[in-house]
Amino acid sequence: MAFAAFGPSQPVVAGAGKKSSPIVLALLLPGIIYLGLFFLTPLISLIITAVEVPDASGAIGAYNYGFDISNFGYVATHYFQQILRSFLYATIATVLALLISYPLAYFIGVRMRRFAVLQRILVTLVIAPFFISFLLRTLAWKQLLADNSWAIETLKALHLMGANDYFIGTPGSVIFGLTYNFIPFMTLPLYTTLERLDLRLLEAGSDLYANSRHVFTRVTLPITLPGIISGTLLTFIPISGDYVNASANYLGSSKTSMIGNMVEADFLQNLQYPSAAALSVLFMAVILVLVWVYVKKSGTEDLL
Amino acid sequence: MRRFTFGKLALPIYSLLAFAFLMVPIFYTILFSFNDAPAPNTTWKGFTLSHWLGVCTNETLCTALTNSVVIGVVSTLIATILGTAMAIALVRYSFKGRGAASLSLFLPMATPEVVLGAGLAAFFFNIGFQAGMLTIIIAHVVFCLSFVVVTVKARVQTLDPVLEEAGRDLYANPRQVFWKITFPLLLPGIMAAALLSFALSFDDFIITYFNSGAVDTFPKYIYVVSRRGVPAEANVIASAVFLLAIVSVVASQLVSALKRKRLGL
Repeated sequence: MAFAAFGPSQPVVAGAGKKSSPIVLALLLPGIIYLGLFFLTPLISLIITAVEVPDASGAIGAYNYGFDISNFGYVATHYFQQILRSFLYATIATVLALLISYPLAYFIGVRMRRFAVLQRILVTLVIAPFFISFLLRTLAWKQLLADNSWAIETLKALHLMGANDYFIGTPGSVIFGLTYNFIPFMTLPLYTTLERLDLRLLEAGSDLYANSRHVFTRVTLPITLPGIISGTLLTFIPISGDYVNASANYLGSSKTSMIGNMVEADFLQNLQYPSAAALSVLFMAVILVLVWVYVKKSGTEDLL
Repeated sequence: MRRFTFGKLALPIYSLLAFAFLMVPIFYTILFSFNDAPAPNTTWKGFTLSHWLGVCTNETLCTALTNSVVIGVVSTLIATILGTAMAIALVRYSFKGRGAASLSLFLPMATPEVVLGAGLAAFFFNIGFQAGMLTIIIAHVVFCLSFVVVTVKARVQTLDPVLEEAGRDLYANPRQVFWKITFPLLLPGIMAAALLSFALSFDDFIITYFNSGAVDTFPKYIYVVSRRGVPAEANVIASAVFLLAIVSVVASQLVSALKRKRLGL
């Protein structure tokens, strides 16, 4: 099924031993050429744009080829807050998604094993939010948690919120939306590893007098680590680059802007292409370093 | 024997709550497709079927929907063909540069959407290529491709090479082996990849927004009108797509469960 896409990659099985031949080239080359043209070239294009200089005419949106690396310094200082906020929000939302998803994935992958059909239907329910518009889902939360909504009024009546407090537009509401929207990306890879978890190993642990907490931390957790790794990567990266949740028309305000909001504003509204490009390049570089360190540290390089 | 548990009832109850949490915005979206209210559609005013019966009275919305479907179908077709070929090569053959090929497929998945969107937009801008349907399709294929490869790869890995050998032993030529044995066995994986690819393309907003020029897609339409308030017709389309997808996925699962039962597996 589709969700296999989110699972950690499996080791290559037998049959991989066939010798290289012209067939390999014929199979691989079209895709590689496509990615070279429309993935690699755009990234290079982004770097070229990032070092462009303003046109002498001073017209808005007019830039010429140049080599002005000061754009990087400019975005790193000028957008420092947004950069920090993006990684902070992404870290919190990823951890929350992991905490919410793990028990759920455990329930579906381990407890529901005896009910194969039900298990599949539950997995479908996990990915169900994918089938309804991401933007409408987010707008739904905006209405459900709006200032005069039932949920907020109730919290106010119970004095859990002050009379003048609000939720939508706060960092909390942005993190809430990010967590909600990316939970399926976390649950699916966790589910694929938990579904394969050999329960006899847990029994062996308890036979050797480990208590349930020890069985979890010494057996279950290490075995399911690959799922945790791919789940956190699949949530952290899109969350840090998201700008829908943080935008003022959705769950955020001008005080919750993230990197994506700045790239969008500079590229599509202010027509400051070099600054938008420099910020994107910087962002991409940070993400690549983070992914590299994370994958190295966790020792699951076969993820690639 | 004591096995590790979270507590016999705590986990099912927790899961029920988690599912409820996941479903809340879905129910809200479907419910408000029946709301008898004009454009902002934020407070419940009463039940009506008029939005369902007259979706295309909103012409901009219907054009956006048509565009999204066309873009989804074309980019899925391209991504599925390119991706299936790559998946077969990656699992079945060992060759020099295989690590590099895998990396080039992992990188697009590790690239934040806003970076890929801005990168493609900068590229098209720099070479003077007008943004429109074509640029959206080109962009969608880039991010769908990796997901197709990962999905089909999983299926190729479960394929027993012995079956193809048997075909060769029975004097089938390579083309016959592929179309009569390999392809039918891979088909469920390819279909799943195509479905995933269509879903990703249909719901993509960020990359589309950077590369669409004047062309509207369904998500872009919602984003643009959300400043003023989204009309209920948008909820109708989202709900219809949702119900269609859920019904077909659940039906296909039941059918395959039934098949397995009949085969005694």
